[in-house]
Amino acid sequence: MRVYRYSKYLYPTLTFLVLTVAWALLVRLLHVSPYKMPGPLAVTRGLWHLALSGRLFDYTIASLYRVTWGYYMAVACAIPAGLVLGRWGTGRALFNPLIQFLRPISPLAWIPLAMMWFGVGDQPAIFLIFLSSFFPMVVFTMSGVAGIKSTYLRVAENFGIRGTAFYLKVLLPGAFPDILVGLRITLGTAWLVIVAAEMIAVKSGLGYLILDARNSLNMDQVIGGMIIIGITGLCLDRAICMLENLDSTRWLKIYR
Amino acid sequence: MTATNKKIEVRNLFKSYQERRTRKRSPRDCPHQHECLVLKNINFSVAPEKFTCFIGPSGCGKSTLLRIIAGFEKPVAGKVLIDGKKVKGPSSKHIFVFQEDGLFPWMTASQNIALGAGKTSGPEERRKQVEEYLDLVGLKGFEKHYPHELSGGMRRRAEVARALITNPDILFMDEPFAALDYLTRLQMREEMLNVHAMFKSTILFITHDIDEALQLADQLIILSDRPGKIKADISLPYPHPRDLGTGELSRLRKEIYFLMGLHPAL
Repeated sequence: MRVYRYSKYLYPTLTFLVLTVAWALLVRLLHVSPYKMPGPLAVTRGLWHLALSGRLFDYTIASLYRVTWGYYMAVACAIPAGLVLGRWGTGRALFNPLIQFLRPISPLAWIPLAMMWFGVGDQPAIFLIFLSSFFPMVVFTMSGVAGIKSTYLRVAENFGIRGTAFYLKVLLPGAFPDILVGLRITLGTAWLVIVAAEMIAVKSGLGYLILDARNSLNMDQVIGGMIIIGITGLCLDRAICMLENLDSTRWLKIYR
Repeated sequence: MTATNKKIEVRNLFKSYQERRTRKRSPRDCPHQHECLVLKNINFSVAPEKFTCFIGPSGCGKSTLLRIIAGFEKPVAGKVLIDGKKVKGPSSKHIFVFQEDGLFPWMTASQNIALGAGKTSGPEERRKQVEEYLDLVGLKGFEKHYPHELSGGMRRRAEVARALITNPDILFMDEPFAALDYLTRLQMREEMLNVHAMFKSTILFITHDIDEALQLADQLIILSDRPGKIKADISLPYPHPRDLGTGELSRLRKEIYFLMGLHPAL
């Protein structure tokens, strides 16, 4: 039990601590210019400065707001679409090529179009997040449906479970293992994309923070922004992982 | 037999699978290159409320036969009649207990069992019914447990309860107890007899275990190696409990071992 706790909290903390010390030492010993790589102390000072001005909090919230909207809308559209396409061969034949064609196009390539359509502000960013999450989520859901044990489908057929009940009680939970992987991966992608989108389309958010800090050569704030992005991404991933521990999803761990 | 005492009738049934592999299997498996014959001219009938066991070597098509009768697969020729009507697809009056775990792992024991509960009755009535069936299979106190929190035997019991709560006309069981340990299997065997006596369902039961078949069955159908043909259709009008060590049953047991190509000294 003790060892388990150590490995869960102490060891990761240790890793970060050692890295920070190494970072500080390297910067000092090699006399690195603060424009190339500021030390941890300078970064902390930069972050403190940003926090005091309120921008750090506002920008984090702005980014989270866009990601949340784009991501939720994408998930809300993609899961039903994936469930239906997973069961409907003709629909798959009709739409799958389109999905597979659009999927590899980076959402960033859509930036010019998004700005022409939605102007400047939250909407183009939300649209980009939507694009980055929707296609992979559909694919994950479809493969989840394909992976449902045929026994479960036969049982559903045998007990006459049809219509909405079939989708909610059998397909959705049955496909949930893959859906969960999809939720986790697409949230990561969404968080990657938002930073890039905010460098172009808006005047707030963590992406804008980094761009703005670079323009005024505040490298401590650039790195500070990166750290906040990393921490927020980590928290989002942890939050998604909590879904694995719900009573009705805990079976995933045993059955996989 | 007259038409009235035939619950299930299988006539001239053939089943083959399309060969989908690019590499051919051995010619013994599939003499025809594109088709693999699994069942060859199967004919038998089952009287209402009888317990029928199927035994045969692995891969002889027992499971396929049961799935066809239950309506999950279609034969290539011949037909299956239940109550004189041709089987068109699965029905919630004919419940199948699969060889693998068929409980939905994302639902608790009681939620799983409730799947079979009457749709017409009110929620309170349904809850009572579920409770009653949980009790019947000895799962009282485990209603909130998920399948992975139950033992193998309990999972089988829950699945049987889920089937019984529908008050099935016919119960199909494909080696339901194969994955259980010996002692639990014996216990389940006894419970199956009680269930049959109580519910009067017609039961079609696949097993590998000759002794299990001899103890449970009113009718015993032995299939041959692939392509599956009926090797013997034996009636077992003996009362329960049965002692396989003596008398007629002991002689029959030796005969079946011999039919299955095993040395009787086993």
